[in-house]
Amino acid sequence: MRIFFVALRKELIEQWRSYRLLIAAVILVIFGLLSPLTAKYTPQLMRLLPSGDEIAKLIPPPTAMDAVSQYVKNLSQFGVILALLMTMGVVAQEKDKGTAAMMLAKPMPRGVFLAAKFVALGLTFAASIAIAGAAGYYYTLLLFEALDVGRWLVLNALMLLFVLVYVALTLFCSTVTKSQVGAGGLAFGLLLVLAIPGSLPKVGEYLPGQLINWGAALMAGKADAYWPALWISLGLIVAALVGAWAVFAKQEL
Amino acid sequence: MIEVEDLKKHYGPVRALDGLNLNVEPGTVFGFLGPNGAGKTTTIRILTGLAHPTAGRAWVAGAAVGAAAGRAVAHRIGHLPEEPAFYPWMTPREFLDHVGRVFGLSASERAARTKELLDLVGLAEASKRRIGGFSRGMRQRLGLAQALVNRPEVLFLDEPVSALDPVGRKEVLELVGKLRGQCTVLMSTHILADVERVCDTIGIIARGKMVTEAKQEDLIARYAVPAFEVESVNGFGERINGWAETLRKMSWVKTVTVADQTARIIVNDVETAQRELLASAVQAGLVLTRYEMVKPSLEDVFLRLVGEGGPA
Repeated sequence: MRIFFVALRKELIEQWRSYRLLIAAVILVIFGLLSPLTAKYTPQLMRLLPSGDEIAKLIPPPTAMDAVSQYVKNLSQFGVILALLMTMGVVAQEKDKGTAAMMLAKPMPRGVFLAAKFVALGLTFAASIAIAGAAGYYYTLLLFEALDVGRWLVLNALMLLFVLVYVALTLFCSTVTKSQVGAGGLAFGLLLVLAIPGSLPKVGEYLPGQLINWGAALMAGKADAYWPALWISLGLIVAALVGAWAVFAKQEL
Repeated sequence: MIEVEDLKKHYGPVRALDGLNLNVEPGTVFGFLGPNGAGKTTTIRILTGLAHPTAGRAWVAGAAVGAAAGRAVAHRIGHLPEEPAFYPWMTPREFLDHVGRVFGLSASERAARTKELLDLVGLAEASKRRIGGFSRGMRQRLGLAQALVNRPEVLFLDEPVSALDPVGRKEVLELVGKLRGQCTVLMSTHILADVERVCDTIGIIARGKMVTEAKQEDLIARYAVPAFEVESVNGFGERINGWAETLRKMSWVKTVTVADQTARIIVNDVETAQRELLASAVQAGLVLTRYEMVKPSLEDVFLRLVGEGGPA
């Protein structure tokens, strides 16, 4: 366990020094803030367009739920993009540059090396989503009304889990390839593989994308629960990490 | 301390190691010598657990390489790769501290060891600079420092001075020499002068096989060529060629070659040559600037063995 915290310490410092934490937090916070703003002022912006008054009349008055759906859409999209961009090089680059060989000739188990990277990225996204969530909640409160705090927390937790699925899958891709571009391409391919069946009504209920719908439904006061999607998402994370470890353990550096 | 038995490593049809045997005594500095592509780095990568052998067995510090004991071995070794790589955002002090943490050193041990090693490799003044801005030579010095953090029992150095200037090269080789008796060093290189300067025992590898392995002086004695070199002052070219013709007729002379003002004579009978060669040169009217019985250099031995490509 001691060695895990040594590896995690290095990863967290790297997240900080390489501005990854800052970039993720700033991007997600911007969208956290913009979501209620966009929901609130879109009808007013429409009025500025030629014949905008006519269009604006067709748009129903904005509600807090519009802010929530904007928030869900923005954070899930940009969360996945950030997951791919921030994870695709974490192992591939260390293998390519030689730092992995340098550290793994020392008493640093390969599983710990990978686990520390996943946990560090997880903490980065958790912190970023937490700040974005707080910002989104505050602006929604200012512009609309107070949201149910408990449900808002669950929504953000589900969003974090959704992003972590792509972090884990991209980490797997970064492990099996030796270039970060290759890892990014492979991860994007996996994203498409999950997205296409995710749009099918019966199959989609079991895939990670359903976590987002679950969170949104929860905020809308619906009692729908999509436990299979949650278990499958956790399963995908575990499978990706175990797969990455199994491949990495046999790789030559 | 290091034992390798019939080690093989194949990359498809390429046999990087083809039944390598190796034995390094404790406390010695072993020069692992071979041309580029001979299998030196592959051997070190296998011994440090970074690559897996196709066949064969190896032990480092008494523990089998590649087995579950891999981590136990990792605690007892130091490794400097040919091109050491670091996290560019760290300073040397932070990197050595991180390595110290990996080896489980306490905070006070890490602080003391970091300072000691930075002084040792001449990076104390650069200790707060980012490694990303370091030259290749500075990286190699830091690479050596990180390999020593845990006071290893066995130290693997892959071309440790290839990026250093002559002064740096001398300093690092002196440092390696000082490790003799404290730890076992396996140093791979293709630079013969470095091996001659610092190594006790030499293993010559070619095409994935150990061609020979012996103490440096035994190796040179074993491959000694009974040769003499005689050099005359300028302007005696004709006379030295005439003398060479005379020598070629002698029964105790094997071959004579002349280049510029120097004749190299390989003989069949050293005692007769020692008695008669100098007298013969004087008799031929040569004015000499040098007369010596040539000791073979490691380079002669290396070229001969690697050229042969098989055990002598």
